[in-house]
Amino acid sequence: MTALFSLDNFTVSYGKVQAVSDVSLNVAKGEIVTVIGANGAGKSTLLNAAMGLLPARGRMTFEGQELAETDDVEARVGLGLCLVAEKRHLFGSMSVEDNLVLGAFRADRSAFEGTLSDVYARFPRLLERRQQLAGTLSGGERQMLAMGRALMSRPRLLMLDEPSLGLAPRIVADIFTIIADLRAAGVSILLVEQNAKAALDIADRAYVMELGEITRSGAAATLAADPSIAASYLGLGH
Amino acid sequence: MDLTILLFLLQDGMTSGAIYALLGVALVLVFAVTRVIFIPQGEFVTYGALTFAVLEAGQIPGTMWLLAGAGALAFLFELWTHRRELTARLLVHEATLKLALPAVVAGLTHVLVPMKAGPFVNLLLTIAIIGPLGPYLYRIAFQPNADASVLTLLITAVGVHLAMMGMGLILFGAEGLRAPPISNASFTLGPLPVSGQSIGVYLVTLGLILALWLFFDRTLMGKALRATAVNRIGARLVGIRTSLSGRIAFALAATIGAISGILIVPVTTIYYDTGFIVGLKGFVAAIIGGLASYPLTAAAAIVVGIVEALASFFASDLKEIIVFMLIIPVLVWRSIASGHHDEEEE
Ligand SMILES: Nc1ncnc2c1ncn2[C@@H]1O[C@H](COP(=O)(O)OP(=O)(O)O)[C@@H](O)[C@H]1O
Ligand SMILES: [Mg+2]
Repeated sequence: MTALFSLDNFTVSYGKVQAVSDVSLNVAKGEIVTVIGANGAGKSTLLNAAMGLLPARGRMTFEGQELAETDDVEARVGLGLCLVAEKRHLFGSMSVEDNLVLGAFRADRSAFEGTLSDVYARFPRLLERRQQLAGTLSGGERQMLAMGRALMSRPRLLMLDEPSLGLAPRIVADIFTIIADLRAAGVSILLVEQNAKAALDIADRAYVMELGEITRSGAAATLAADPSIAASYLGLGH
Repeated sequence: MDLTILLFLLQDGMTSGAIYALLGVALVLVFAVTRVIFIPQGEFVTYGALTFAVLEAGQIPGTMWLLAGAGALAFLFELWTHRRELTARLLVHEATLKLALPAVVAGLTHVLVPMKAGPFVNLLLTIAIIGPLGPYLYRIAFQPNADASVLTLLITAVGVHLAMMGMGLILFGAEGLRAPPISNASFTLGPLPVSGQSIGVYLVTLGLILALWLFFDRTLMGKALRATAVNRIGARLVGIRTSLSGRIAFALAATIGAISGILIVPVTTIYYDTGFIVGLKGFVAAIIGGLASYPLTAAAAIVVGIVEALASFFASDLKEIIVFMLIIPVLVWRSIASGHHDEEEE
């Protein structure tokens, strides 16, 4: 099977400090792949560099094409990569609908209406609040808006950085249901999570990241059943 | 002082205030999108005023050559940035925007000037000459260090201001210029004579502010500019190039500056360095608006204009001082009222 997206020996540094070292991973079409790891493991750094927000060394391919350093964030959005960053980066003083409209900035204008109603169908809450300012939304709604805005670009690979961060358990469950639905709709997903249990439950494959390196990888179910993983990431007693 | 004088001063103040409002709004726009405190805004006023006056006198303005030079320089900057990945498409695109556009403007100028086509054509020609200078300037001076601190950008802006003022002296000389009024009409409103020129200023200001509002509220590109101002990383993540937003903001600012210059040059004699003081008054308004609020900036600009008109009547020696002192209570109030502001947070 050819990978939709792959990183080979991907290394990212902040000055002299390497935050991501020699990471290799791939995502196939239609897959949910998760990277789990503790706080500070380098997960966000990995996604931000893959999106082009940070400079990186190593090889990166998307849909069989090697991405160059000169492909900046904006070009990567145009190719079909999309990142929902840990900080969300919503346009707080603009309406929910304007945030969504801007999500489609690089997308085909003729598909706009269809995509917008699709996003509203997935997130009815956003439809209710479409005129409200994004900065006034609750945490869960902000996460929905961040995901909705990303979907407006019709991404082929959606990278999600800790979508469950700071959300109540019930809302986390909603968000993960939506992620599973997206896969069913044909979106490939690279999901980064500290919430390993929820992530392993919906992912096909998983990588474990520690101190900037991938230490384990395999089928999500296998890793979830592994006692050492359970001890470190799923909490004792699981 | 009787009512007529008061009304006259008010009219005078509101006319200048309208122009300061335009400049203040442009300053807020440029700062929000690029974080540049746009000191050279005043030079665009000067260039617009003097270009228009020279065109009205039936001559070719030197700014036309400046446009060609700046375009060529910006083109070279673009080639250098993309030297490793030059494509034919990129070359054509850049050559169209930075070489062909000034050439077309120069051609039009040479055809239209001898025809004495009248103030309306000269107005459009002035905008065509000055407007594109904004994005070229952004490309040359600001885009290369777009992520630098506000202070670094401010220092660059001061440098650009000095360079442009010097260039203004070379292009137009030290003599002041004045253009014939666009409208000689005058009306009386009760006891008050109202000049067609000031009606024109009000209409143009209102029209421009309305157009800007429509642009920012209704168009995708306008929303993209706002998004860049609200959250630069968020804008990049949806695929908005912040450099494109910067160029559009500078194009709008240069155009607004040029129009302001055209509006005042029939009323006041403009020298190569006059624009700076005019720009500073727009700046006072923009500071009162916290470099963030358009309505507050526009309202403050009207107040600045009226205070200036009253001050020039009652204490003409102290006119400028009084106007610039308006800023002090605002700064004090702001430093008391404000907590800290996060630049990049949502
Ligand atoms: N802007 C930065 N400058 C320097 N070091 C950073 C920066 N951002 C993150 N780091 C460091 O890089 C490492 C990985 O951080 P991060 O990618 O945020 O981890 P995670 O997302 O897995 O919690 C941490 O040690 C963190 O302190
Ligand atoms: Mg993180």
